[in-house]
Amino acid sequence: MLFFSLFKTLVGKEVTVELKNDLCISGELHSVDQYLNIKLTNTRVHNEQKYPHMMSVRNCFIRGSVVRYVHLPPGAVDVEVLHDATRREARGG
Amino acid sequence: MASLQEVPLPGTALAEELDQRLLIVLRDGRKVLGTLRSFDQFANLVVEGAVERIIVGEQFGDIPMGLQIIRGENVVLLGRVDEAKDAPEGLTRVSAAEIKEAQKGEKELNKLKSTIRARMDFLDLD
Repeated sequence: MLFFSLFKTLVGKEVTVELKNDLCISGELHSVDQYLNIKLTNTRVHNEQKYPHMMSVRNCFIRGSVVRYVHLPPGAVDVEVLHDATRREARGG
Repeated sequence: MASLQEVPLPGTALAEELDQRLLIVLRDGRKVLGTLRSFDQFANLVVEGAVERIIVGEQFGDIPMGLQIIRGENVVLLGRVDEAKDAPEGLTRVSAAEIKEAQKGEKELNKLKSTIRARMDFLDLD
C-alpha cells in the first residue's frame, strides 16, 4: 500500500516510465491502482523512430508488471516523509 | 493537484477504455489493434475486430483476427489511437501477404546477423 500511496501523491506530475522491454514513455501521471498499473496522459516515447506504432498514442495504460523504473522529477518526493512511512510500515505492516 | 477522490478505484482502471479502439502491445512485441469490449483485474482483454499490425522498416500491414481474448500476463500497454489517423506517420501500407514476406525476410536477416555475431564472439578478438 505504501507505493500505491506514494504514486497517488504524484498524480498530475510529469514522469518517465521505463518498461522491461526497454520502451521509455514520458507523460503526466493520470492515475495508479493497487497493482501499480499506471495511466499516463500526453505521452511521448523517447526513441520515436524505433517505435513508430507509438507515434499517434497520446494516452496509455501500462500494466504494473511490465514496469522496470518510474523516473520522477527531482524534489517530487519528500524523502523524510517517505522514510518515516517506510519505518512505520515495516514496524506495523 | 489532483485530490484523492479523483484517483480511480482499482478494478475500474480500464473502464474508460471500453468500446474504444486501442493499440495493445504484447510482451512478444506484437501489436494488436481493436475495440476493447471487456477486461478484468488481471488485464485479460476481450478485443473485437482485432487486427495484428506488423511493421517492417517503412512498411506496415494489418492481418485481421476477428474476436480475440488476450491473457493479461502478456499485455504490456494499451494506447488510445485516434480513429481517423489509422496509418502511422511516414509508413506505407502493404498487403497482408507482402508484410508477412517482409517479416520473414527480416527474421532471416536477424538470424544471419546473430550467427555471424556468435562466430565473432567465439574468436574473442578483444
